[in-house]
Amino acid sequence: MKITNENVERVARLARLDLSPGEIETMTRQLDTILSYVAKLDELDTADIDVTTHTQSMVNAFRDDAVLPSLPREKALAAAPRQNGEAFVVPRII
Amino acid sequence: MHHMTIHEARQLLDKGETTSVKLVEAVLERIDSVEPQIRAYLHLDREGALAAAEKADNGKPNSPLHGIPLSVKDVLCTHDMPTTCGSKILEGFIPPYDATVVERLRSAGAILLGKVAMDEFAMGSTSENCAFQVPENPWKAGYVTGGSSGGSAAAVAADACFASLGSDTGGSIRQPASLCGTVGMKPTYGRVSRYGLVAFASSLDQIGPLAKDVQDCALIMNCLAGHDPRDSTSVNRPVPDYTAALSEGLAGMRIGVPEEYFGEGLDPEVNRAIRDGIAMLKDAGAEIVDVRLPHTEYCVAVYYLIAPAEASSNLARFDGVRFGHRAMEAETLLDMYRQTRSEGFGDEVKRRILIGTYALSAGYYDAYYKKASQVRTLIKNDFESAFTTCDLLVSPVTPTPAWKKGTHADDPLALYLSDILTISANLAGIPAMSVPCGFSSNGLPIGMQLQGAHFAEETLLRAAWNLERCAGISDHKPKLP
Repeated sequence: MKITNENVERVARLARLDLSPGEIETMTRQLDTILSYVAKLDELDTADIDVTTHTQSMVNAFRDDAVLPSLPREKALAAAPRQNGEAFVVPRII
Repeated sequence: MHHMTIHEARQLLDKGETTSVKLVEAVLERIDSVEPQIRAYLHLDREGALAAAEKADNGKPNSPLHGIPLSVKDVLCTHDMPTTCGSKILEGFIPPYDATVVERLRSAGAILLGKVAMDEFAMGSTSENCAFQVPENPWKAGYVTGGSSGGSAAAVAADACFASLGSDTGGSIRQPASLCGTVGMKPTYGRVSRYGLVAFASSLDQIGPLAKDVQDCALIMNCLAGHDPRDSTSVNRPVPDYTAALSEGLAGMRIGVPEEYFGEGLDPEVNRAIRDGIAMLKDAGAEIVDVRLPHTEYCVAVYYLIAPAEASSNLARFDGVRFGHRAMEAETLLDMYRQTRSEGFGDEVKRRILIGTYALSAGYYDAYYKKASQVRTLIKNDFESAFTTCDLLVSPVTPTPAWKKGTHADDPLALYLSDILTISANLAGIPAMSVPCGFSSNGLPIGMQLQGAHFAEETLLRAAWNLERCAGISDHKPKLP
């Protein structure tokens, strides 16, 4: 299936990326090449094949539900572009 | 002293013939002379390294790494140095904590010299996607180091550190190790904690060493491996002494040669170097058998759906709120997210986020992500079946030696296809190594890849150590100032 500028614009919106018209052209061409190549997977019949999302046999890694020391607030805030000592500050939402 | 291996420096330290301060001074001097050419270091902490060395000299050695100066890829969190992932979006970011592997190196007494260059967010095969500087292959000016751990490979090959840590999602330790002539190991998925590794593709990422020889690689693995409650994918399983695996002779070992790894596009000089290496393994006592990995031709397609899909999710955290770059002039929250990400990410990162978002989006999930995850099962099954007839697999690491910078500037697919020999190990979660085994006619290193079953690191190290002794090239060094 041919990838169009509209496909790329839609996906960029979902991914919170602004692309210039030039970037959209380039990305459309490159994504089309890449996704045409991966269509190679359609050669294989996988109807009865399970998915692999993880290569270890572990199912769940449980731990005790105990309170442990965690990152102090001032350290968690220290790298923020804007903060007020209590929270991250962002542009007004409502 | 900069040219020594860790185990050689260890002997001098233990005999009192040198000190950690002297080792650090020697390496800093080496960095000053080679760095204008190799450009491996994004951040160098001279004072911190000298202070840590002084402390090491006054302390009691508790590990072979005690007092040894190392570098780490800039994808690993360090509480006292910037961690940029080679991206403008994290320029100047100083993490609030150390990655577990960094913590382990420090508690072993190792000295951290600084942070080395990489493709942005580890996405790339040449390190040319680094937003700050592109490292260069120490063996030939104007040639790529490989990637994404290109800074690590260049720094080790040029003796600008004793060893380095990299990360490997689709070959990012083994491929630059091969192109720069160092040893590199991607351990089994789950063997080494990834806490504090900035995530690219969480079902594929592993941290591992790039080292000057196999013994150093084993020493570093002894320090890195082990369970960490802070990484729920790390496996709780005893850690052997990897150096004990380094014994002479390969009698009783069955080594598989997968013909799919010697296909079209393989450079004849690489082919010859690997065939010579296989003959050396045979001379050392191994039995060589033919094996098949029939789904190898699908691994690039599988990888370039799964890795971008996971990356598109992992990289959602870079939104300008908690760390790194923020578009300060944006008036609404949504504009802030969009402008921050568009200004902060480079082209390859944007490309992969777009592919991944597309592959996961409504209507395409089954055709792309699910399909790729099913074919991943077939690739994993290929290995399981191969390891019923042999103990490890040998092959080239890359189809060609290093190439000139700028070669694939506008053709991402051509570059993706060069990863065909390293990607499968990540998809299957198995351990794999690159070991130097020869040179091309124009003097570029060629590495042999060894792949083993889950947790077969000792088998890999034993074969690698024997290959290294037979090949006899570990003292070959690039010509540098």
